[in-house]
Amino acid sequence: MRKYFDEIRKIAGNVVTVNASGVGYDELAVIQSAHGESLAQVIRLEGQQVSLQVFAGSQGVSNNDRVRFFQRPMQVPFSDDLLGRVLDGSGRPRDGRSEVRGEMTEIGAPAANPVRRRMPDQMVHTGIPMIDVFNSLVESQKLPIFSVAGEPYNELLARVGLQADADVIILGGMGLRHDDYLKFRQAFEEGGVLGRAIMFIHTAADPVVECLMVPDLCLAVGEQFALQGKRVLVLLTDMTAFADALKEISIIMEQIPSNRGYPGDLYTQMARRYEKAIDFDTAGSMTVLACVTMPGDDVTHPVPDNTGYITEGQFYLRGGRIEPFGSLSRLKQQVNGKTRDDHRAIMDACIQLYALCRESREKRDMGFETSDWDRKLLQYGALFEQRIMDLSVNIRLFDALDRCWRILAECFEPEETGIRRAIIDKHWPQPNADLRGESAGEPNAAPAKA
Amino acid sequence: MNARIIAVFGNLVVAEIEGRVVQNSLAYCVRSDGVRLMSEVIRVRGNVADLQVFEETRGLRVGDPVELSEEMLSVVLGPGLLGRIYDGLQNPLPELAEQVGFFLQPGRYIHGLSLSQTWDFTPMIKPGDVVSAGDTIGAVPEGDFTHRIMVPLAWRGEYAVEQVAPAGLYAVDQELAVLVGPDRQEQTVTMQQRWPVKRALNVSRRKLLPSEPLVSRVRIIDSMFPIVRGGTYCIPGPFGAGKTVLQQITARHAEIDIVVIAACGERAGEIVETLRDFPELTDPRTGRSLMERTIIIANTSAMPVASREASVYTATTLGEYYRQMGLNVLLLADSTSRWAQAMRELSGRLEEIPGEEAFPAYLESRIAAFYERAGAIELHDGQIGSLTIGGTVSPAGGNFEEPVTQGTLKVVGAFHGLSRARSDARRYPAIDPLESWSKYDGIVEPESVARMRELLHQGREVQQMMTVVGEEGTSIEDFTVALKADFVDNCYLQQNAFDEVDAATPADRQKFVFGKVLEVIETDFQFTDKAEARRRMFEVTDLFRNWNYAAADSEEYRHWLDRIDTLILQANNSATA
Repeated sequence: MRKYFDEIRKIAGNVVTVNASGVGYDELAVIQSAHGESLAQVIRLEGQQVSLQVFAGSQGVSNNDRVRFFQRPMQVPFSDDLLGRVLDGSGRPRDGRSEVRGEMTEIGAPAANPVRRRMPDQMVHTGIPMIDVFNSLVESQKLPIFSVAGEPYNELLARVGLQADADVIILGGMGLRHDDYLKFRQAFEEGGVLGRAIMFIHTAADPVVECLMVPDLCLAVGEQFALQGKRVLVLLTDMTAFADALKEISIIMEQIPSNRGYPGDLYTQMARRYEKAIDFDTAGSMTVLACVTMPGDDVTHPVPDNTGYITEGQFYLRGGRIEPFGSLSRLKQQVNGKTRDDHRAIMDACIQLYALCRESREKRDMGFETSDWDRKLLQYGALFEQRIMDLSVNIRLFDALDRCWRILAECFEPEETGIRRAIIDKHWPQPNADLRGESAGEPNAAPAKA
Repeated sequence: MNARIIAVFGNLVVAEIEGRVVQNSLAYCVRSDGVRLMSEVIRVRGNVADLQVFEETRGLRVGDPVELSEEMLSVVLGPGLLGRIYDGLQNPLPELAEQVGFFLQPGRYIHGLSLSQTWDFTPMIKPGDVVSAGDTIGAVPEGDFTHRIMVPLAWRGEYAVEQVAPAGLYAVDQELAVLVGPDRQEQTVTMQQRWPVKRALNVSRRKLLPSEPLVSRVRIIDSMFPIVRGGTYCIPGPFGAGKTVLQQITARHAEIDIVVIAACGERAGEIVETLRDFPELTDPRTGRSLMERTIIIANTSAMPVASREASVYTATTLGEYYRQMGLNVLLLADSTSRWAQAMRELSGRLEEIPGEEAFPAYLESRIAAFYERAGAIELHDGQIGSLTIGGTVSPAGGNFEEPVTQGTLKVVGAFHGLSRARSDARRYPAIDPLESWSKYDGIVEPESVARMRELLHQGREVQQMMTVVGEEGTSIEDFTVALKADFVDNCYLQQNAFDEVDAATPADRQKFVFGKVLEVIETDFQFTDKAEARRRMFEVTDLFRNWNYAAADSEEYRHWLDRIDTLILQANNSATA
C-alpha cells in the first residue's frame, strides 16, 4: 500500500520538512509537485517532522504537495548494462537511452571489515615519471590531485584513466562544466575505453543535492564490480564541489559550522567515501583518484586539508607540472622495492638534490655569488624539470630511471648524490669516462657483502 | 523501564523515557527488523535522554523501542587479548568477518575473549588467605608472558579465600575461586572480568615518577627527545609528514613488553599493513612473532564515529589491565585529533555552545584525563608496571596553534613536532630538531645532548644569515658550523625506515655513534676554503651514512668505522701539527 503525506511544514533551501510517521532515517522519498517529481532523502527525524533533502531542489514545491516514502534507502541498479552509460546524480540516464536494469544495490552501505582487506602490492603504471618513479600509484589507493582552477587536472585525470589499464573506469563528475564532461567523453571515446566506462555526471547547472549522491553512486557500483573480481578505477572530480554541497545542506539544517562554514563532520563524510577504495582479499580492487581544487591555492583550506588526512598521499598539480615537493604516495613503498633495486635510491636522491637546487636558485635570484656546487645544482634542476617533470613526458618506469641516472651523471660526482656505494657501483652510467671526476677514482668502495 | 525514540539526527538519537536512566549507561535502539544498535546515554533532560549510537542509524524510526541498561560501556579483560584485532567496542574483527563477510554489519556484537580456548591455570593462593582487588589468585601462560588472574579490580574491601580450583585447563568463564567478601556473600572469580572503559584502571600502592628510558630505536627520539616508561608524548604534524610511519616503526622496534595500537579514525590500509606484517616479523628480544605482544584496536575513519570516540578508551583500558601484571605497555593512539573530532561532531548535534573551532568546551579536560591514565605504578606486591601513551595529533592546516595540539602540549612530557619542510625535503623522521622538546632524560648524557642542540641552533642561524648575506659574506668558521649541523642532521637525526639495519638503532649503538658524531663536531678541520670544506664534509657524511647501513659487527661495519677513525685522526693530527 502506498502512503502519501501532504502536510509540508517548512520549505527552506533544498530542505523540505513534512509531517509523517513510520519513516526510517536515511530513507528515500519522492515529492510530487506541479513541476514534476523529485527524489528526496531523509536527513532528520524529530517527532512527526521529517526533514528531506530534495534532489531537484525545493523550487516549485508547495506546502500541500505529496510526499511518498519508499521504506528503503537510496539504491542504484547494478549490472553489466551500466558499462558505457552516462547517468545523473539521481541515477537516471543522461544519455537519452533507457533506464538501466539490474540488481538494486544500496548506496552508502557499511564499511568493509579491515581484516578482509589485503595489502596492496600492484603498481598502476601511468607513464608519467613524476608518478611512476617518485610517487607510484598503487592499486586500491585513494589519492587526490590538489590543484587550482585553470590547471589541467581533468586532463591529467583522463590521461591516468586511459593509461592505467583498469577493468572498469567510473567517472564521477561533481559541479562539472558541461564542456569538461564532453571532453572526458571524447577522451574516453578516442582512447577506446568508453565500453568499460561508466559516468555519473552532475554538472554545475544541476541541482546541488544530486552532487552529494555522485560519489556514493560511483563507489557503490565500483564496489560491486570489485566484489566480482574486477579492478576498478574511480575518478572523482571535483571533491571541493561535493564538500560545498555538504556545507550548503548543513547550514540550512542550522548545524554549528566548525571551520569556514563547513560542518563538523566534514572529515567523517569524506572519509566514508574515500575509504571505499579497497583491495579485497579474495576479490578485486577499487582505486580512487580524485580532484580537489584548492580555493585560493590554500592547502590549509578545510577541504584539501581534511582530504590530505584521509587519502594515501596527494599529488600537487601546479604550473602544469606535478610538484615534487608535497606530492606523496603513501603506498609507494609497497611496490617500489620490487621494481628495480635503484628505484628508491633514485627517488630519494633526485628529490633531495632538487630541493637543494631550489635553495641555490633563491641564492642566485637574490644576487649572491654562486659556488661550483650551486652551479651543478642549477644545471641539474634545469635538466630534471625538462626531461622528467614536464607533464608531456610519457615514458616507462625503467626508461625514466635510466634517464635520471644520466642526468645525475651529467651534473655530479657519485658521492655528491648521497646514494649509497653499492647502488652507485652498479648503476652509475659508465660510457663517458670523462664524466667521472678524480675523486671517484679513490679506492673507497665498500668490500663486497658476503 | 520503557523508552521510545522521538528523534534521529545522524548518530544522535533522542528517546523519551519512563522511569530510571543512568548517565553514560548503555542502551540499545531496536530497529524495526529487530536489530539492536548499541548506544550510550550522554545527556538526560527531564524524561528525555540523548543517546549516541555506536552504529549507523539508517532505518531507525520515531517510535522504535529503546532498551536501557545500567551497565556502562565496558570491555572484557582476561587471557587471550594479545594478538587480537578489535573494533572500538572490542568486537573481534576476524571473527566478525567469518560471520558476516566482507562488510561490517550494524548490531552484530561478539564477546571479546574466546570462550572455547582453555588456559593452563596454576593457583597461587590457598583457602584461608585474605585478598583484595588486583591480588593474584593464579596465573596462566599467555604467549611469552605470565598472565595473572586477579581478584576483580573493581571489588572493594578484603575477601577471604574459601575455595580455589586445582591446577589444570580452564576456559575463561569457568569458576576458579570462591571468595567471601565483607558482606559475607560468596563471590566467584573466573579468568575474565569487566571494566568500564571511561574510568581509569589503577589498583596500586602509588604512582611513580617515570624515569626509565623507553628505547624506541629511533635515534632522534632516544638521543635527543627521549621518552620514558610511564611517560606521555605527542606527535603533531601536518598530513604526509610521517606520523603514522613513525608510530608503526615504534610499534615494531620499541623495547617494551606490550604494544596496544589504537587506530582511531585513520586509514584502514595502514592497519592492514600492521595486520599483515606483524605476524611475519619476529620480536628480536623474545624470538616470537611481534603480533604476540600486540593488540590492535581498529576503528578506522569509515567506521561509525561514536565507536571511534570509544576506541581510545578501550585501548587505554586494555593497556592498563596488562600494567596491573607488572608489565610495561606502550599505547600508540593514531590519531587523537580524530577522537577529538568525534567529540566535536556529537557536541554539534547536541547543540552545545561551541568553543574554539567548534570543539566542545570540555575538550582540554578530556585530553588531559586521557594522558593522565599513563604512568608507572608500584603494585601491591611491589612490582612495577607502566603504561606509556604516545598520541599523534593531526592539526588542521598543519597549524600547531589549534585547540587539540595546544590542549595536548600542556599535558605531555615530550613533544615530537613534525615539520612539513623536513618531510618535503625527505628528511625522515621529520621531527623538527629545533622545535621539539622532552622533559625526560634519555640514554645520552644531558651535556652532550645540549652540545648537539647548540650546534643545530647555530647551524640554523648561519643558514638564515646566509640567505641574507650570501655564502661569500659568511666566514669559514660559520660556514663550517652550518656544514657540521647539516652533517648531524644527515647522519644521525635522519634514519631510513625502509632499510633493514638503519631502521632501528639499539641503545648501545646509538650511544657509540653519537660519540663519534660528537668527535667529528669537535674536530677542527682547518678548512682553507668553502669548496674544500663542503667536499670534506660530504666525504664524512658519506662514510657515516654507509656505516649506518652496515649491520652491527659486520666486516662492512668495521671497514667504515676504520675509515671514519682514520679521517678524524688525520684531521686532528694536522690541526696540532
